[in-house]
Amino acid sequence: MPIEQYIFLSLALFTIGIVGVLTRRNAIIIFMCIELMLNAVNLLLVAFSKMHHLKLMEVNPNAGTEGQLFVFFIMVVAAAEVSVGLAIIVLLYRNTRSVDVNFLNRLKH
Amino acid sequence: MNAIVLSAIWGVVMMFCGAFVQNKSIIRTTAITGMVLLLIVHLLDFNGVHFFTIDTKNMLQFNSFSYLFTAIAIGSTLLYFLLSAKDMENVGIELAEYFALIFFITCGIALVSSFNSLLILFLGIEIISIPLYILTGSDKRNLKSNEASLKYFLMGSFSTGIMLMGMTLIYGMSGTFYVDRIAEALSFQLPAYALVGLVLLIVSLSFKVSAAPFHFWTPDVYDGAPSVFTSYMATIVKAASFIAFYRLLRIGFADTHYQWQLIIAIITALTLLIGNITAVFQLSVKRMMSYSSIAQAGFMMLAIVSMNGFGKEGLIFYAAAYSLATIGIFAVLIKMKDYTFEGFNGLAKKEPFIAAVTAIFTLSLAGIPATAGFMAKFYMLMSLVYQGGYTWLIIIAILGAVVSVYYYLRLIQAMYFKEGNAEMTPVSTGFKVTLGVLAALIILLGIKPQLLLNYLHF
Repeated sequence: MPIEQYIFLSLALFTIGIVGVLTRRNAIIIFMCIELMLNAVNLLLVAFSKMHHLKLMEVNPNAGTEGQLFVFFIMVVAAAEVSVGLAIIVLLYRNTRSVDVNFLNRLKH
Repeated sequence: MNAIVLSAIWGVVMMFCGAFVQNKSIIRTTAITGMVLLLIVHLLDFNGVHFFTIDTKNMLQFNSFSYLFTAIAIGSTLLYFLLSAKDMENVGIELAEYFALIFFITCGIALVSSFNSLLILFLGIEIISIPLYILTGSDKRNLKSNEASLKYFLMGSFSTGIMLMGMTLIYGMSGTFYVDRIAEALSFQLPAYALVGLVLLIVSLSFKVSAAPFHFWTPDVYDGAPSVFTSYMATIVKAASFIAFYRLLRIGFADTHYQWQLIIAIITALTLLIGNITAVFQLSVKRMMSYSSIAQAGFMMLAIVSMNGFGKEGLIFYAAAYSLATIGIFAVLIKMKDYTFEGFNGLAKKEPFIAAVTAIFTLSLAGIPATAGFMAKFYMLMSLVYQGGYTWLIIIAILGAVVSVYYYLRLIQAMYFKEGNAEMTPVSTGFKVTLGVLAALIILLGIKPQLLLNYLHF
């Protein structure tokens, strides 16, 4: 498949994620949209990695592997972020009995 | 490399300390000892004594710029520990864990000031951000702290997503994550995808350094977080993000600067205008300081617009001057009962020494001559004048500095010229001595900036 289709697919997923973050009001759903953004990036990284590999295979058999390595790092960091983020959401739920982010506007004054 | 390894190890030591030691003063002493050790080990590293030689495949590149900034960051953190370590006890019971998180953040700061691969930039920024989400929400029963933490977390991970997309597009076009090789691969003109990637990177790093129009989370988060941690977030961490920002654009995209310079210039102008004008209308000193941190960020952005030697020197100097002064003001602010300007009324009569040093910090932030803040602002404007062009940006920067004098002097007016009954928790002599050292450093750097900048050229 040509690389444009991968770029199109992951940009579409990324945009869905961004729109979700900006329009949804539930903290957990916003969180899921952020994960969607990260996974769109992972998909694109793997596609680019494969592209560079095919292009430079004769010169360097290891070409393009760093893109796939980056994906593992993103997964690890995303997992760390999830653990902290869910803890923060639970903390908030204990104090307010809701995970709606609308009330965040109270801080504004 | 010494600082990176040792700060990570000492973070773990602090966590064990929290598990086995109940006595708070022992925990505090361990943390301060760790920071002193870190500073010594890092200065040894600066002078060529490397304890750890790890082959990082050129992903980390150390030079005098990164060494000097890491030294400034560790030194400021040490002063911050000396001033505010006692106040951390009032936030919650997990004292050792707060110290551990700050040690991990120091590790991240050392990474982002010496990265040569986008992977390390990403890891460094995350190692800085994730502990900060926790520190922001550390006052667990306080709803404001919870809200600030959630807001910071959502904004922070959103901008991380944007940053990763930018890195991926740049990788796709250049085939490498190494910043210097990106510069070789994309040296004449950035292809469309790489330009989009770079703009996404600029947007996400602007989030991290709270440059307008991506600054909206800053006042709420800085206001909601426990004041002890706001002090750390607004100074050392912010300066580290600036160093990362500068390093990325300087090493990777200096040749193609004509394609992105205008974007940065517009962001800078907006930051200066919004930060300074909004700060005028604040009633609480803590909130004023968070808008002032946005305004100061605008000044630091000038180095990224100009991209020359003056800007490099200026950025290091600005980071030091701004961190020292803001840490000092926050250390005093934490001791106050009332965070509004009225709360400071008549402080000069009650605590003349503290009022005097606070005045020095405030004057330094405002950029009055004979303080470090003046020299820092001078270097920034000088770099832009030297670069030529962007006259409108210079005018905006000077106007911003003029407006900033108004809200900084309001604090001095409250302390010296208004009658009132400022209430303050009693402070120890050690606290006063440390504040005095901070003020002396600021004046010394204002008179002899070469003391710091000479290290940049060796």
